[in-house]
Amino acid sequence: MRARFPLLGLASAAGLLALTGCVPNAGAPGSSHAALTVDSSATACTVSADEAPAGNVRFTVANSGDQVTEFYLLADDGLRIVGEAENIGPGLSRDLVVQLPAGSYFTACKPGMTGDGIGKAEFTVTTSEGAAGASVDLAARIETANTNYAAYVRDQVAQLVTGTAAFAAAYTTGDADAARALYAPTRAHWERVETIAESFGDLDPKLDLREADLEEGQDWTGWHAIEKDLWPADAEAGFTAYSPDERQRLAGLLVADTATLNDKVQDLHFTLAQQTNGAIGLLDEVSTGKVTGEEEFWSHTDLSDFQANVDGASVLYAGVRDILVEKDATLAERLDREFAALQELLDAQRAGDGFRLYTELSPAEIRALADQVNALSEPLNQLTATLVL
Amino acid sequence: MTRTDPGAAPEPTAPGADPVARPEPRGLSRRGLLGLAGAGVAGLGLGVGGDRAVQAAVAVASPAAAYPFYGAHQAGIVTPAQDRLHFAAFDLAPDATRADLISLLRDWTAAAASLTAGAAIGQFGAASGSYDAPPEDTGEAQGLPASGLTITFGFGPTLFETAAGADRFGLASRRPPLLVDLPHFPGDLLEEGRNGGDLCIQACADDPQVAVHAIRNLSRIAFGRASLRWSQLGFGRTASTSISQATPRNLFGFKDGTANIKAEEPAVVDEQVWVPAADGPAWLAGGSYLVARRIRMTIEAWDRTILREQEAVFGRTKGEGAPLSGGTEFTEPDFSLAGRGDAPLIDAAAHVRLAHPQQNGGARMLRRGYNFVDGNDALGRLDAGLFFISFQRSPEQFSRVQLSLARHDALNEYTRHVGSALFAVPPGARRGSHIGAALFA
Repeated sequence: MRARFPLLGLASAAGLLALTGCVPNAGAPGSSHAALTVDSSATACTVSADEAPAGNVRFTVANSGDQVTEFYLLADDGLRIVGEAENIGPGLSRDLVVQLPAGSYFTACKPGMTGDGIGKAEFTVTTSEGAAGASVDLAARIETANTNYAAYVRDQVAQLVTGTAAFAAAYTTGDADAARALYAPTRAHWERVETIAESFGDLDPKLDLREADLEEGQDWTGWHAIEKDLWPADAEAGFTAYSPDERQRLAGLLVADTATLNDKVQDLHFTLAQQTNGAIGLLDEVSTGKVTGEEEFWSHTDLSDFQANVDGASVLYAGVRDILVEKDATLAERLDREFAALQELLDAQRAGDGFRLYTELSPAEIRALADQVNALSEPLNQLTATLVL
Repeated sequence: MTRTDPGAAPEPTAPGADPVARPEPRGLSRRGLLGLAGAGVAGLGLGVGGDRAVQAAVAVASPAAAYPFYGAHQAGIVTPAQDRLHFAAFDLAPDATRADLISLLRDWTAAAASLTAGAAIGQFGAASGSYDAPPEDTGEAQGLPASGLTITFGFGPTLFETAAGADRFGLASRRPPLLVDLPHFPGDLLEEGRNGGDLCIQACADDPQVAVHAIRNLSRIAFGRASLRWSQLGFGRTASTSISQATPRNLFGFKDGTANIKAEEPAVVDEQVWVPAADGPAWLAGGSYLVARRIRMTIEAWDRTILREQEAVFGRTKGEGAPLSGGTEFTEPDFSLAGRGDAPLIDAAAHVRLAHPQQNGGARMLRRGYNFVDGNDALGRLDAGLFFISFQRSPEQFSRVQLSLARHDALNEYTRHVGSALFAVPPGARRGSHIGAALFA
């Protein structure tokens, strides 16, 4: 796979998204909402109104000061964060859209992003017809989902470690048939948690770089370098099989880099946004690499990766599904349906323990898979905005 | 090329002036030219004269603008970027000789001078001449103004020496040392039939029909001597080359080219765009290097990306185009300004950071790219993207920035480079001579 570094990966999203008990929602496009403005200056935090009807509320926060600022919407205890817009550069403005039940809140700004903030003021959300009901404290369930997902990642990487060892042994002892048989099933563990693995920017290119992604003079290591040696049929004229020493070297690096990955995932903790964006990222992997047959350029085992990406997204979705059902049952129902439809298409391509080769698929079959990936991706990409602040 | 000479940069439209409302934007239409002069060569001279007289009164963005073909530099580089593009790469015929090549350049020069003046090709144009011969001009631009058409020619590496080392035209010794195929960049997925070429023509105009008319007729003139290798239509400019132009948007919906080199910065243009005599070879002095890259965008994946990520990828706001470090569109980005957790507001992998001259040893390019949508692929995705064109004094300026982008740019997740070409762009032709004449001297 091509090295991809989602900017909202593990590092930069950490701490961005507080888990709170409110019921935030970006709302459906075009739905009505109360629109307020906030002027965050060096000395004041001026909100255009001190109350709004319950429902979707949009704060357009303009930073008129000369420092980076943040805007907070706090619960009635003045401490718990209900919504926030952070990292607003001088002169910029940014929207915070939240779905608010009736109640008492506070607004505050934090120019310079240090200290207790300034301009803390009471803000009242009045009852209105058709607005969301009382908030449900979901923090505990969200925390459970996060913990469960961390365990899933550790388990997949542990299986990857075991599988990689067996694959490397078969490859270096010259048992090419066994290595070919182990290739796709072992890589499935990688593909299921691919967005996590990719977030370690230095490891991903070592383990999963495709030949096209090399720069001149760069050492090609990892799964796809070995893949080409195991399936040389499509290689360029003049390609020669690797020497035993080269095979030892590549297999050794594969095992060592996988062990490093295993170390790195031991202490991971995920926010809800990282999970939902991870599910989106996995489907993007499918639509840009697998459904096009570019990922497994030599072995053509793309559908196995495809299934593994979908597995990973499915696990992420399942972890938050009951939370989603409470917030937006219609979206949950649609996602259930689209996941099932995609799985049905994949199941139709099963052969033996795995899948038909990408090169055996007809253009119509590929097209149907691509269309269904789009059908699933579109609602899936509403997940973050629906579940997370 | 008086109009777009950096020293004589075009005047922006006066505030409040409506270019469309200007009286008599062009003195002579194609039809009028033919009727009046009745002869291509004479009409050409007349047309240019008429255009020049009109130019001073024509706004930059006016569809009636006409740029002279002859000049110190070729037009279509610092010329304010027009709205439409038709770019074409050609290969010389297998049996073409040096004399064929020179005659082709001579014919192309005459035709280009005519076309850019808004005149038709040949002596009789599109709708007259022998009743028993096809018209000299293909005719679809009849009645259309010059539309700011510029025609810019370039010479590819294979013109000087084929991949197999053949020196077909006795030019190998004149080859600029820098005119070699661009290196493979990480992530390049170049497709057959979208790369290289012996010659190129960039036709830009504010009317697509005028740009296509130019390439169509120039291809026709070349038949037997050279043939089309690949070509690309672009429908929306993605860069401004003059401060009189608003920054346009690429298909990601972001302003692109805010920090582009502008015609109004003559010192920068001299330093970064034109090949000085000291760089050599002598025949290229006053010319430039043109890099063309067909960059496919996976816009379906992009459109599903949350706004937070979109802005983080570019390092700019989507609306105003201000850097995330604050200010407005033209505020210089502050790459060190940190936000929460001491993370920089402009991410380490943000496009604006990696493409910035600060990160690339001061290297800049004059970008002149266009949006394209060529139907859709077999998977039902729009075959859309950016046809990137840049002009620079040395291809190394492009390579340095592209290497930095190809390695780290967060945008790579949504783009792939599928076509690539490099051309040496000779200086402008003098009246009475032809494009690239110094190369054969």
